[in-house]
Amino acid sequence: MAGRAQPVSAWPGTSAAITLAVLILGTLTAVALRAETGAGLGRAEWAAIRFTLIQAALSGLISVTIAIPVARALARRRFRGRRILIALLGVPFILPVIIAVLGLLEVFGRAGWISDALGLLGFEPIRIYGLHGVVLAHVFLNLPLATRLILQAWQEVPAERFRLAAQLGCDGRAMFWLIEWPMLRRILPGAFAVVFAICLTSFAVALTLGGGPRATTIELAIYQAFRFDFDLGRAALLSGVQLILTILAAALALWLATGTGFGKGLDRAVRRWDGANPVSRTADAAWIIAAALFLLLPLAAIVVSGLPNVLSLPSTVWSAALTSLLVAALSTCLLLLLALPMAFAIARGGRGIVELAGLLGLAASPLVIGTGLFIMIRPIADPFALALPVTALVNAITALPFALRVLVPTARDVVERYGKLGVSLNMAGLPFLRFVLLPRMRPQIGFAVGLAMALSMGDLGVITLFADPDIATLPLQIYRLMGAYRLDDAASASLLLLVLSIGVFWVLDRGGRRHAEA
Amino acid sequence: MLKLEHVEIRKGDFHLKSHFDLQQGHIYAVLGPSGGGKSTLLEAIAGFDPVSAGQIAWHDRSITTLPPGDRPIAMLFQDGNLFPHLTAAQNVGLGLHPNLRLTKQDQSEIVKALSEVGLDGLADRKPAALSGGQQARVALARLTVQRRDLILLDEPFAALGPALKAEMLALVADLARARHATVLMVTHEPEDARHIADQVILVAEGQAHPPVKTQQIFDNPPPQLRDYLG
Repeated sequence: MAGRAQPVSAWPGTSAAITLAVLILGTLTAVALRAETGAGLGRAEWAAIRFTLIQAALSGLISVTIAIPVARALARRRFRGRRILIALLGVPFILPVIIAVLGLLEVFGRAGWISDALGLLGFEPIRIYGLHGVVLAHVFLNLPLATRLILQAWQEVPAERFRLAAQLGCDGRAMFWLIEWPMLRRILPGAFAVVFAICLTSFAVALTLGGGPRATTIELAIYQAFRFDFDLGRAALLSGVQLILTILAAALALWLATGTGFGKGLDRAVRRWDGANPVSRTADAAWIIAAALFLLLPLAAIVVSGLPNVLSLPSTVWSAALTSLLVAALSTCLLLLLALPMAFAIARGGRGIVELAGLLGLAASPLVIGTGLFIMIRPIADPFALALPVTALVNAITALPFALRVLVPTARDVVERYGKLGVSLNMAGLPFLRFVLLPRMRPQIGFAVGLAMALSMGDLGVITLFADPDIATLPLQIYRLMGAYRLDDAASASLLLLVLSIGVFWVLDRGGRRHAEA
Repeated sequence: MLKLEHVEIRKGDFHLKSHFDLQQGHIYAVLGPSGGGKSTLLEAIAGFDPVSAGQIAWHDRSITTLPPGDRPIAMLFQDGNLFPHLTAAQNVGLGLHPNLRLTKQDQSEIVKALSEVGLDGLADRKPAALSGGQQARVALARLTVQRRDLILLDEPFAALGPALKAEMLALVADLARARHATVLMVTHEPEDARHIADQVILVAEGQAHPPVKTQQIFDNPPPQLRDYLG
């Protein structure tokens, strides 16, 4: 017996990690082998790289900049609905991107509410397509995450420090330089890096709001090379570039990031003694209202324009919804098969390959894996026939890093607290799994499963590579309706998708926490 | 009986040596300054940490490499002795079958064990619904159904008040005497040792000393014990 006695064995986690690594690296190799035949990077490719970096940097910068005053206002004010608002900040993470895009179009688009209002005043309607549309959507999707990350750091400042500063007679400005600025300087680079990394791999936003030579991201260029030109060499080359960028960005984010934004206790208001004057009260209120409107109006727009037609939606939409549910369920099963053993192996203290494989999922771009799988499957079977299982698999891989972040800390706790007792009662292996680990981790498993289901339900990525006209997930169906300018149907289908995604997450998360003992 | 033959335990810079025998049916107190290695000694005997040299033998059969659950040992830890999501009966049942596949006979044995420690009618309660003393009793009930020859106590009752702690230790002593089991209990309190221990093992300065009769060691304490007692 080498090392400490352990209540769970490592080999299932190690095998899961190896499977994952082989899958990710194998698809990469498949892509890389193709890339050699292609020419170097042309002008269009450089333009895509430049656009990708610029939009990601702008999205990160704007999200974080706006998040600072919003988080500050949320941290120091108590008001009715604060708890709900903070809970809502978690929604965009699982919100299907296509819904966000459609909602933003209804508010900010050419025929949207704001353009209509501008038109009444005699102004030109705003143009949402292109760089500013892409950045707008990314800010919409990531401002809440940035706010949560910064809010978490704010809440972690010990209340005693504010008390001491107040006792010393610090005013708002002095308090900022004394307490808040050092905290912000620590958290902001990480928050920026996380948003930057997320936007770097953004596909659905660029697909719907970008396009054209001046607003194409690398992911979108991969899709176009693959789908329109069937130029596997170019797709592979772009995949290589994308991979290098995502690895760099993921490394940067991991290096700089300190929190996850998943933390509990965000609904606690820090007691403060500054900012009682009317000016700062009004400013805080304005920030909170503006942020809430920015986040809620697009969703409200979907509800308003989608509600009338939900029941008369074409049958293709309903069957797409069913397809999406099945894909999401399959994807979640695959995720659990990978994530649970890996979390247990990491909890044992088994570092190395398992944790590394978990991080690999963070750097893997869905479209790159999809392209690789396509290349690998083609000699054996018809890749288009396997569109749905491939989508489920790729969704599982993308959700894995998040699932591990949720599962690992608790698994570690349980093994630490009850491992010895379990081993001394001869429960090592299945009994420990069944009677201790799984029951104790039920809330986290429920949360992870809900997350995986919702992410998969709303994903508009790999499926666009593989799908033929007869098959569609719900997000793809919405995209097609938008493409056909059937915006009312698209809104109704989006409402359906919204209800399904959020509902599925809510039910699973609740189910996990129900009757869970402390 | 348990034989520690030139056993050496290493954890980073820390190391502990021990070489002695324990007699069946006796109660041993493990006494010494904190950080001296009392818990480490118990965990090595229980099999949680590998020993770096030497042999641990039970009735002349080496158990040095056996996994913890396969050793003739039942152990109670400083805390976390019960699973909070399982009922008192299930927590006791784990001592019979780690997969909780319990026969009718097992069930009645659990009920009997719970009633012996004074927990009649509380079988279906979860730990959160029991007081600290009742939780300790559930753990004791599990010790009784485990029927192991060697009982290791790593201060499981430290959080209880003095009277309750004395009562629990007395229960353990009764159980051990009835079963002719050997007890090895870590303690900070010389009083605990005086009350129930036949012999005392002094652990200090990287050495677990061979057991000495309780009366004798307190009448004529060696220098390390004198430093500890103050």
